[in-house]
Amino acid sequence: MTHPLEVARVAKSFTMHLRDGIRLDVVRNVSFSVPAGKCVVLGGPSGVGKSSILKMLYGNYGVDSGEIRILHRGAPVDLATADPRTVLEVRRETLGYVSQFLRVVPRVSALDVVAEPLVARGTAADQARDRAATLLARLNLPETLWALPPATFSGGEQQRVNIARGFITDHTVLLLDEPTASLDARNRQVVVEMIREKKAAGTALLGIFHDEEVRDAVADEILDVSAFSAREMAA
Amino acid sequence: MSGLATYNFAYLDEQTKRMIRRAILKAIAIPGYQVPFASREMPMPYGWGTGGVQVTAAILGPTDVLKVIDQGADDTTNAVSIRAFFQKVANVEVTTRTKDATIIQTRHRIPEEKLTEGQVLVYQVPIPEPLRFLEPRETETRKMHALSEYGLMHVKLYEDIARNGHIATTYAYPVKVEGRYVMDPSPTPKFDNPKMHMSEALQLFGAGREKRIYALPPFTDVVSLDFDDHPFTVQSFEKPCALCGAEGVYLDEVVLDDRGGRMFVCSDTDYCEDRRAQGFLGDQGVPLKEAAE
Amino acid sequence: MTIEPLLKVNGLTKMYGARIGCADVSFDLWPGEVLAIVGESGSGKTTLLSCLSTRLEATSGSVEYHMRDGAYGELSRLTEAERRFLMRTDWGFVHQNPADGLRMTVSAGANVGERLMAIGHRHYGEIREAASDWLSRVEISPSRIDDQPRAFSGGMRQRLQIARNLITGPRLVFMDEPTGGLDVSVQARLLDLVRGLVHDLGLSAIVVTHDLAVARLLSHRMMVMKDGHVIEQGLTDRVLDDPREPYTQLLVSSILQV
Repeated sequence: MTHPLEVARVAKSFTMHLRDGIRLDVVRNVSFSVPAGKCVVLGGPSGVGKSSILKMLYGNYGVDSGEIRILHRGAPVDLATADPRTVLEVRRETLGYVSQFLRVVPRVSALDVVAEPLVARGTAADQARDRAATLLARLNLPETLWALPPATFSGGEQQRVNIARGFITDHTVLLLDEPTASLDARNRQVVVEMIREKKAAGTALLGIFHDEEVRDAVADEILDVSAFSAREMAA
Repeated sequence: MSGLATYNFAYLDEQTKRMIRRAILKAIAIPGYQVPFASREMPMPYGWGTGGVQVTAAILGPTDVLKVIDQGADDTTNAVSIRAFFQKVANVEVTTRTKDATIIQTRHRIPEEKLTEGQVLVYQVPIPEPLRFLEPRETETRKMHALSEYGLMHVKLYEDIARNGHIATTYAYPVKVEGRYVMDPSPTPKFDNPKMHMSEALQLFGAGREKRIYALPPFTDVVSLDFDDHPFTVQSFEKPCALCGAEGVYLDEVVLDDRGGRMFVCSDTDYCEDRRAQGFLGDQGVPLKEAAE
Repeated sequence: MTIEPLLKVNGLTKMYGARIGCADVSFDLWPGEVLAIVGESGSGKTTLLSCLSTRLEATSGSVEYHMRDGAYGELSRLTEAERRFLMRTDWGFVHQNPADGLRMTVSAGANVGERLMAIGHRHYGEIREAASDWLSRVEISPSRIDDQPRAFSGGMRQRLQIARNLITGPRLVFMDEPTGGLDVSVQARLLDLVRGLVHDLGLSAIVVTHDLAVARLLSHRMMVMKDGHVIEQGLTDRVLDDPREPYTQLLVSSILQV
């Protein structure tokens, strides 16, 4: 395996049983790889299957066929066929994900939400909180919010919590689903810098960015997902 | 005596006695274990000692000497009635003197005088199941006994300490027998618990309504349950018996008038009389001969 | 040391006469893993939980448990004494109705301390201290230690039940609709508490629930049951985000928001 993330001939369809079993083909023959220290951006019009690809890579969506190989503990793991326990282990140690929306857990403070992935990997709680504080400060989240659960935060504030949570670990592969969608220019710039730092550290990044400015600032390669789209096959 | 209207010796028919004796033998073989038996209707209400009476009837022989006490006293209604019952149906000799008795049927006390080899103490038991307080299901309590799951007994003692600051259970204080079965010693004061331990006498427990017999053979290890930091202790009394001056015995409170006057006297009437006969006197006591006059 | 499953379930089947309770259920549960069993009332999830926890005897199949000594014990072959010992030391069982899992007429402290007394603790002060500590951990003020659960709210009772189960440091906890009878706000607090405890203590848990939000929040993996059969299982995220079976799609589409 030459790259931390390699995708080969992946196909995905949905069968909608509640709509008379209609079958929606989403993508087919998806093949690409993400080298270490590079940021690959998924491009193409909306609805073409970009988010579905990220969700397959993270394990939220199943895969009809093909392979999703990730370098985990020095050996390739095929996430398309891995059992749940392996997927969880890969998520904990190797594969990070910054989604568009924060899944809010009641009563957990923003600081602890951010620190959690580090704690899950065995870092002491104080240390993890220090790192979390540094990141939140960098993303200009007012310190008065740190101790509060993010449920009542604005979209932009929640997104920054989410970004900090995704960037706090040194996962070797990071998936980014529109991380800058609801950020202002200043914070977008912070995220761009953070992505550059990840690249410099050798992280393989795969992202969706609708914001062209950010995309141009971070992308090493833009992959047109239209080439994999299977939508026209349906009907 | 002949004809239909006669009783068998000691009231119960021989088959019933054999059934009860088998239960007693099993109880002796498994100290502290509650043996079910086919309790009979007796010519007295439940709660008046039907269990004890059946056990006594089953072990009583023509040469036995019977003593019956109720709360330590030979002269209360229950004691008098049961004594009279056995005089009538078995024509055995009766006594109030502990040392002369071969069988002592008791409700709620163990005599102060040390029991000796050859004597049998028969307890009347209202509720034989020590776990009943917290576990109402019979199926479950049996299983708990079978598997020696006795954590619940300590829950009960824990509650006592939590509520009162000390173990406030003063009677029917649970004991563990030979390190195996937890047993309810019947509603005797915990003061008497140490007397059960390594007693030379055979101790039999009969519960008529609940249909259970259990036993402590002579020289059985009987340990009162407790916590390391709240060890088992017996009651102590501030003053000696007002009549005979005895110390280290269990005292009853006797109200003397309606102005708050009271005194504390031996609950074991035989013991008290015996001491007074020997010339011991408490601060409100009168020598026995004068009292009789 | 290689990690081995805590529980190995193979072909577990329970028949009620000719009617299926649960049929041919197989899975491994790993240390630290939380498994949710979801499905409608009557789908067999509670029957399955009862069979797993030896509260009900299975008709066929096996459940092997990784004992503390390292060996696997087939649960149906353990003696009753061994099973009951396991249930009050190494396992916990959280009932939907706290009254089924608590002694309502003894104090909170005794409820929590009972398992310690059952395994031979005989120091009142230490038992009380441990109980007090656990009350704090489930967010019940230690000042309530001498109150009976009768005086507690539903949420407090449920938290008390959890403390009562966890005091002996069990490795496996069974939960039957743990948030079933609670208000939504109380549910959230309980879920958060359970989630934290499971994580901190490295517990394995099997949680039966009909509430997919509960499953999403608590579990790593889930099994969907219908008519006694497991029709779909996998990573919780995947089952909820990409349900395959018609019934699972119906379940997921029926919830207001996960």
